[in-house]
Amino acid sequence: MKKVYHRIIQISGNVISVDAEDVAYNTLAEVTTGDQVSLAQVIRLDRQRVYLQVFAGSRGISTDSQVRFLGKPMQVSASEDILGRIFTGSGAPRDKGPRLQDQMIDIGGMSVNPSRRIIPRNMIRTGLPMIDVFNSLVESQKLPIFSSAGEPYNQLLARIAMQAEVDVIMIGGMGLKNDDYLFFRNILEEKGALTRSVMFIHTASDPVVECLLVPDMTLAVAENYATNGKRVLVLLTDMTSFCDALKEIAITMEQIPSNRGYPGDLYSQLAARYEKAVDFEGAGSITILAVTTMPGDDVTHPVPDNTGYITEGQYYLTNGRIDPFGSLSRLKQLVNADTRDDHRAVMDNMIRLYADYRESQEKRSMGFRMSDWDHKLLKYGEKFEATMMDLSVNIPLEEALDQGWSLLAECFEASEVGLKSELIKKFWPKPEDAGQKTGKAQEEEAE
Amino acid sequence: MAKSYKTGTVTGVNGNLVTVEFDSQVIQNEVAYVLVGEMRLKSEVIRVRDTVADLQVFENTGGVKIGFPVEFTGELLSVQLGPGLLTMVYDGLQNPLPELAEQSGFFLQRGLYCEPLDSDRKWEFTPAATAGDELSAGDTIGTVPESMFEHRIMLPFSWTGKWQVAEIANKGEMTIRDPVAKVRRDNEEREVTMVQSWPVRVPIETYQEKLLPSEPLVTQQRIVDTFFPIAKGGSFCTPGPFGAGKTVLQHAISQYSQVDVVVVAACGERAGEVVEILREYPELKDPRTGRHLIDRTIIICNTSSMPVAAREASIYTSVTLAEYYRQMGLNVLLLADSTSRWAQALREMSGRLEEIPGEEAFPAYLESLIAGFYERAGLVRLFDGSTGSVTIGGAVSPAGGNFEEPVTQATLKVVGCFLGLSRDRANARRFPSIHPLESWSKYPPIVDPGQVEKVRRMLRRGNEISQMMKVVGEEGTPTADFVVYLKGEMLDAVYLQQNTFDQVDAATSDERQRHCFAKVMQAMDAEFEFKDKSEARKFFNQLRQVFIDWNYAAPDSDEFAEIEKKIDEMLNGQNQ
Ligand SMILES: Nc1ncnc2c1ncn2[C@@H]1O[C@H](COP(=O)(O)OP(=O)(O)O)[C@@H](O)[C@H]1O
Ligand SMILES: [Mg+2]
Repeated sequence: MKKVYHRIIQISGNVISVDAEDVAYNTLAEVTTGDQVSLAQVIRLDRQRVYLQVFAGSRGISTDSQVRFLGKPMQVSASEDILGRIFTGSGAPRDKGPRLQDQMIDIGGMSVNPSRRIIPRNMIRTGLPMIDVFNSLVESQKLPIFSSAGEPYNQLLARIAMQAEVDVIMIGGMGLKNDDYLFFRNILEEKGALTRSVMFIHTASDPVVECLLVPDMTLAVAENYATNGKRVLVLLTDMTSFCDALKEIAITMEQIPSNRGYPGDLYSQLAARYEKAVDFEGAGSITILAVTTMPGDDVTHPVPDNTGYITEGQYYLTNGRIDPFGSLSRLKQLVNADTRDDHRAVMDNMIRLYADYRESQEKRSMGFRMSDWDHKLLKYGEKFEATMMDLSVNIPLEEALDQGWSLLAECFEASEVGLKSELIKKFWPKPEDAGQKTGKAQEEEAE
Repeated sequence: MAKSYKTGTVTGVNGNLVTVEFDSQVIQNEVAYVLVGEMRLKSEVIRVRDTVADLQVFENTGGVKIGFPVEFTGELLSVQLGPGLLTMVYDGLQNPLPELAEQSGFFLQRGLYCEPLDSDRKWEFTPAATAGDELSAGDTIGTVPESMFEHRIMLPFSWTGKWQVAEIANKGEMTIRDPVAKVRRDNEEREVTMVQSWPVRVPIETYQEKLLPSEPLVTQQRIVDTFFPIAKGGSFCTPGPFGAGKTVLQHAISQYSQVDVVVVAACGERAGEVVEILREYPELKDPRTGRHLIDRTIIICNTSSMPVAAREASIYTSVTLAEYYRQMGLNVLLLADSTSRWAQALREMSGRLEEIPGEEAFPAYLESLIAGFYERAGLVRLFDGSTGSVTIGGAVSPAGGNFEEPVTQATLKVVGCFLGLSRDRANARRFPSIHPLESWSKYPPIVDPGQVEKVRRMLRRGNEISQMMKVVGEEGTPTADFVVYLKGEMLDAVYLQQNTFDQVDAATSDERQRHCFAKVMQAMDAEFEFKDKSEARKFFNQLRQVFIDWNYAAPDSDEFAEIEKKIDEMLNGQNQ
């Protein structure tokens, strides 16, 4: 029987300390107060003094609470029964199912040996032109959605998850509103995806330490599936809450903050999670899509800033759309060469023209004279926003490319768009396909 | 092992900082092992107070208990230097990653370490010294062929004084463990093998003197070589916000630079980016030597999720390997991506040590460490009269993309060349996004510096005009000014920008740069007559297109000559 310690020496923030012997760093303890039991983790050893971070928070803990050391690190069940289940950050059931205790694996495991990684090669089709055409998502990519508060980022995540062809969907919720949690659960249920999903959910009203555990719990299970050949999509929302939890704990530990209160190891902490995204040769993969809400809408804020340095691009969600500027998939060039031979050219040219449209728009707002060319651009830009950028659109890549061509043909002459002649020959819609509209539009332009 | 270790016991654990009480004496920066059952966790002494030493552990410390034993080795954190380093992929402590994978599979494993050099591989040794010769540290004893050059086997750099060769091996095949010579000093006799070890935090200074770097290191990136050149033995930095193109630029430089050896230090960034090098360099040809790129490359890979203390060490491991090849009279280029991650590793440790923090919580000694690192670059004259160089290029990842932060500022104080990457240029897809007005270099360019100055004046003027135009509109701008603006834009598009993903445009030799630069200057110097702005715009659009086609034309091809003729016609046609 393990020894039980009764005298809590210090309670501060979520951290308590006791004097104890033979305690291993990073292992767990059970803290019992009356009939309340909470897990805690050893976060510092100083001679006989043991510092513990209490998952449920230190509220209600008394100086004579009991501490029993379990001698093992934080673990999560990797049993087959986990599919379809919903847990808290510390792994307790949040649904009505039983507690899972078998096939326990450590969380926060070692990183993948870089020499065993392979170059990512499979595109994940989402049905969204702003992603598939302009910034393709790639299996094993790690990519956050940079979003202002109030944008429909969770809807976007769910949309992509439902569309993607993956074996397992893992959802890690941090600081979620209860409504958002229910939204995810309902949509998974509705689409019949719950049976291939696992959720670790920390809601805004749960103890902050549990928020910290969510990514590791989620990713440990994901890793277990991936090494067993499954393609796993991990959704983490909202990573800014995770970072804020790190901040809160660092401050109670009296660590010296580096930037706006965040601890100096924020980058390493985020990297340890995001770098779990991987494609295993001869086994499965982990793709991570995350949400990073930008405090004050500021990308230079430490959370989005550190994230951008780690992830393989980002999607900017503004005004309900994925903004083509700033959004970047760093892996797109690995997959968009072999989709269709016009893919890259359409991608580059449509964005370039859209940038020109924004300039014309600016000129117009400053009251400068609009040239014929400006008029064409204005028409193009508005149509581009209405078709390609609309998040409710759901079409395959090829159809989106075709639409791109007809949009170009509606607004411009073939010689004006700066595309290679051989592509024009092959893809530029013939007048009869483009319908009357084109001819009419051109007449108006000639005016 | 029969070696007797000094020992200690663990008295505290805080993250990867372990505090140890020791019985006899310890050395600052010596290696120690924390014993966790069968497992030995490598660590380094980073502070000593009274009878307590603070160790930074190069591994996760989970499971460590108070009272666990610690072994001190008495040896400073060192690397093994010898033939076979080229083509290797190491972690920050010089463990070969493929070897680790063979033993532990997909995941790295705590406490698992491997020999850095293959001790079974046979090398063809050719003696250079003869019995009776008197040698000092760094003198060549013999050579073995490695990749495209003769790898010098040298008297270990740490052996002070004069040593007489007592015996030397004959020409023949041997491994790095076989003795190649016996040398004697006074009553002491030592065996020399092909390997020596050297403490990473100490610069190798076995040379006559440091020289002023002056010869250009040709990177085949036009904006660098022509405008902001790098010199062999010099140093440069590439700060920029995320997504600005730091890594793509470093990869291009590592691929196309005209040097003998490239050390790539992937320090705390994405593992995926190293994989591209790992998988592609064994396939890519180096046109200078006809061999594969990997044959001249060493990769030190301690990416962001690997242990942070080893990340800190990886910078020193890398520069020590670079210095070693410099000692053979070679030109070595070290590229570190990113030095900010190294600085952050220092910050993490400093925080745990509860040192008084400086700006943004970086330790107060950050500046001197950064200076010390870049000081290890240099062009040196070796004792045999030959020269060798280490050039250092560091990517910097400033928080929020703001260059007014400690790491960027400390770096700018010590480097010879600043290639500032700009968010705006990257957003506008003007790659490489090196800012033409803000960057600088103290080294001589490959073209006439007067011309370079002239171009920069023009670009500055063009930029002013374009700012003006945003206020007064195109219609309010005089045509003459408008033409200056168009010229600047054209030079940017056809010379400063370079497409890394195009086979031809990716690399422009110095000869071709001089040729094309002269042609571009001809266009810049030309006085044009246009009846209005739209005629001017049309002309420059066409000229730009032709120049871009020229960039994509293979050197010495018919196409290259034809396009050049077309450019001449256009320039003469306009410029009667
Ligand atoms: N020279 C270039 N040519 C074309 N695209 C580039 C170039 N440099 C960067 N990019 C684009 O920018 C992205 C980010 O570049 P990267 O070097 O990874 O940025 P950083 O290291 O500064 O974060 C790349 O994935 C690529 O799409
Ligand atoms: Mg980078």
